[in-house]
Amino acid sequence: MSPKTLYDKIWDAHVAHQSEDGTCLLYIDRHLVHEVTSPQAFEGLRITNRRVRSPEKTIAVPDHNVPTTKGRDDPKNMTEDSAIQVAALDKNALDFGIHYYPVSDVRQGIVHIVGPEQGWTLPGMTVVCGDSHTATHGAFGALAHGIGTSEVEHVLATQTLIQKKSKNMKVEITGKLRPGVTAKDITLSVIGKTGTAGGTGYVIEYCGQAIRDLSMEGRMTVCNMAIEGGARAGLIAPDEKTYEYCLGRPHAPKGAQWETALAWWKTLYSDNDAFWDETITIQGEDIAPVVTWGTSPEDVLPITGVVPAANEFEGGKVGAAQRSLDYMGLTPGTPLTDIEIDTVFIGSCTNGRIEDLRAAAEILKGKKIKVGLRAMIVPGSGLVRAQAEEEGLADIFREAGFEWRLAGCSMCLAMNPDQLKEGERCASTSNRNFEGRQGYKSRTHLVSPGMAAAAAITGRLTDVRDLM
Amino acid sequence: MEKFTTITGIAAPMPLVNIDTDMIIPKQFLKTIKRSGLGANLFDEMRFDRQGNEIADFILNKDAYRSAEIIVAGENFGCGSSREHAPWAIKDFGISCIISSSFADIFYNNCFKNGILPIVLPEADIAVVMKDAEKGANARMSIDLEAQTVTTSDGEVFSFEVDSFKKHCLMSGLDDIGLTLDKQDHIDAFEAQAAQTRPWV
Ligand code: SF4
Repeated sequence: MSPKTLYDKIWDAHVAHQSEDGTCLLYIDRHLVHEVTSPQAFEGLRITNRRVRSPEKTIAVPDHNVPTTKGRDDPKNMTEDSAIQVAALDKNALDFGIHYYPVSDVRQGIVHIVGPEQGWTLPGMTVVCGDSHTATHGAFGALAHGIGTSEVEHVLATQTLIQKKSKNMKVEITGKLRPGVTAKDITLSVIGKTGTAGGTGYVIEYCGQAIRDLSMEGRMTVCNMAIEGGARAGLIAPDEKTYEYCLGRPHAPKGAQWETALAWWKTLYSDNDAFWDETITIQGEDIAPVVTWGTSPEDVLPITGVVPAANEFEGGKVGAAQRSLDYMGLTPGTPLTDIEIDTVFIGSCTNGRIEDLRAAAEILKGKKIKVGLRAMIVPGSGLVRAQAEEEGLADIFREAGFEWRLAGCSMCLAMNPDQLKEGERCASTSNRNFEGRQGYKSRTHLVSPGMAAAAAITGRLTDVRDLM
Repeated sequence: MEKFTTITGIAAPMPLVNIDTDMIIPKQFLKTIKRSGLGANLFDEMRFDRQGNEIADFILNKDAYRSAEIIVAGENFGCGSSREHAPWAIKDFGISCIISSSFADIFYNNCFKNGILPIVLPEADIAVVMKDAEKGANARMSIDLEAQTVTTSDGEVFSFEVDSFKKHCLMSGLDDIGLTLDKQDHIDAFEAQAAQTRPWV
C-alpha cells in the first residue's frame, strides 16, 4: 500500500462516491449548527419538503448572538433580531429532532468548544459547521472545516458534502517553546510566515515536538486559526493525550466500542514516507510572544518589535499595510509595548477554554487591572465557567477588576451587545483583527491569554515575560 | 439557482488585497433569517458613513460603477468568515463575477452555489484587467463561461480554468442537493458499511 498522510487516511475512509473527474461525496460524521448560518438552510429544507437525514449526528447550539449577561434566557433581554435568530434555532432543532443545547442549558457555549467537551468530536471523524473556525476540531485528528449555508443545507439533507481533495502541507514545530510562549503564539507565527493565503488549497498537519507537548486545549488553539492561514483544515495526529481527553465524555464510545475505536485511532498518523506538497519547519525556540499590529492576522510581530512602515512590504501589501496603519492609528517605529489599550477581551473559540483562563489567572493573581480599563472574560462554555468558579479562577478575575461573563462568542465578533466603540483599542485573545470586527472602527490586537492579562494590568501591550 | 453563461458589463476595480467577508458584509447584517435584500449593505462600512451617507470616493459610489456587474480585486478575496451572506450580498447588489489572483476557499465554493463566477487569473493578467476596469463605464468587459474567457474592452482575451463539475452546475443552474440525492444508494451503502467498521460514530 502506498504511504499516506493522516489527511489521506481520513479522506479515504469517508468517500461515499467518486465521480470520474475526482469530485467526491464525502460522508460527514458530525454536523454542528449555530443560529447565524443555519436559518436559511432549514428554510430551504422546508420549502423542498426535505428532512434532516441524520438528526443523531447533528448538534446545534446558539452562541454568536447570545448576550453574556445574567437574565439572557429571557428573549426580552436580547435585541429583537438576535432573539428571532435564537428562536428560529430553538424551533428548527425541535422540528427536525436534532441534538440541542439551548441558552438555558449549562452545557451551552461556543459551538467549537461544546463539540469536543461533549465528546461529539472524535479522532478520524469528518466534522463540518457553517463556521470557518470549525478547523478547531482538527486538534483531535478529525477532518474539520467550515462550510457555507448552502452546504449546511446539503449536509442536513444528505449527510455528505461535494468535495475535491486538497493538497497536503506539513507544518513542523520542532523543539521546545520558551517560557511565556503559547499555542496562540505558534499559530500566529505560522500565519505570519505563510500569510493569510499561504494555506489556500491545503490541509495542514501540524507536527513536531512542540505540538506534541501541547495539551488538547493548546492544540485546539493552533488548529482553530488554520483558517486564518487560508487552509481548508488543520490536523494534529491523535495520541495518548487525545484519547485521555475523549475518554468518558458523554458522547464518546464506551466499553468494547471504545476499544474498537481506539484500535482504529492508533492507525491515524502520517506514514513516514508520505508525500507532502509543501513543508514548513519552524523552530519552537525561535517563537516569541507575538501580537498583531494591523488588520490582517498575518500582521504579526514579536512583542519586542516596533510598528512597521508600509514601504517595508511588497506588491499589493504596501497599500494594505498603509490602510491598516491608518485604521489602527499607529505610527511606524513606535515600540509595540508603547501602544495603549482601553479594553481587554479574553475568550472565543481560540482561547476560551479552561487552560486559557488558568493562564490569565496566573498573571492576574493578586493584581488589579489599570484604572479606567474595561476588561472582560467570557468563558467558552457554561461548563468551562463552572470549572473556573470551582478552581477559584473567577474570584481572581473579579478581584482584579474583570467582568466575569456567561458563555458565548461575545466580543470576538460583537454580534451581541459586547462591542467596542469607535476608536477603542482592544487586546483580544480572539482570532480576527479585521476592520470593524469588534465594533465599528474599533481596533484589535490579537494576543495570547497571558499577554491579554498582562496588558490589562499595565494598560498597554505588554511582554508577558516581564510579569512572570 | 440562476444560470450563468455570459455577461458583458462594467467592472469595478478594487485593488485592495485580503478583502475579507467582514468587509463585504459586516456582522450587524447577519441577523437576518432570509437570503435576500443584503445588497443594500454590501461593503457597508466602506460604502457609508455612520449617518448612512455615501462615502464619495468608494468605488461603487462613483457614478461610473453603480451598476457594475463584475469586480476585479486584489489577491485572497473573500478571506475570513464562512458567511454565505457575503455572496448573497454581492449577488443581490447585481454583481455576478469576481476576478482575482486568488480566493479564499470557502468563499470560492459559496460563489458557485449562488450563481456567481469567481475567476482566477495570474497577477500579470490581473494587472491588465484592472487597468481596463479603471476606464469606467465606457469600458465593458465580457465573460464567457462556456469558452472560459475574459475579454477586455480593448478585445484582449484571457483564458481561465474552472472545475468542470462546478462549470456544469453553474451553466445549468443545477441544484446540488438534487444531484446528490440521485446518489442516495451510494450514501446508504456507505452508511451501512460504516455502521460495521465504525459503529461508535
Ligand atoms: S468565538 Fe468568534 S471565531 Fe469562534 S465561532 Fe464565535 S464568532 Fe466565530
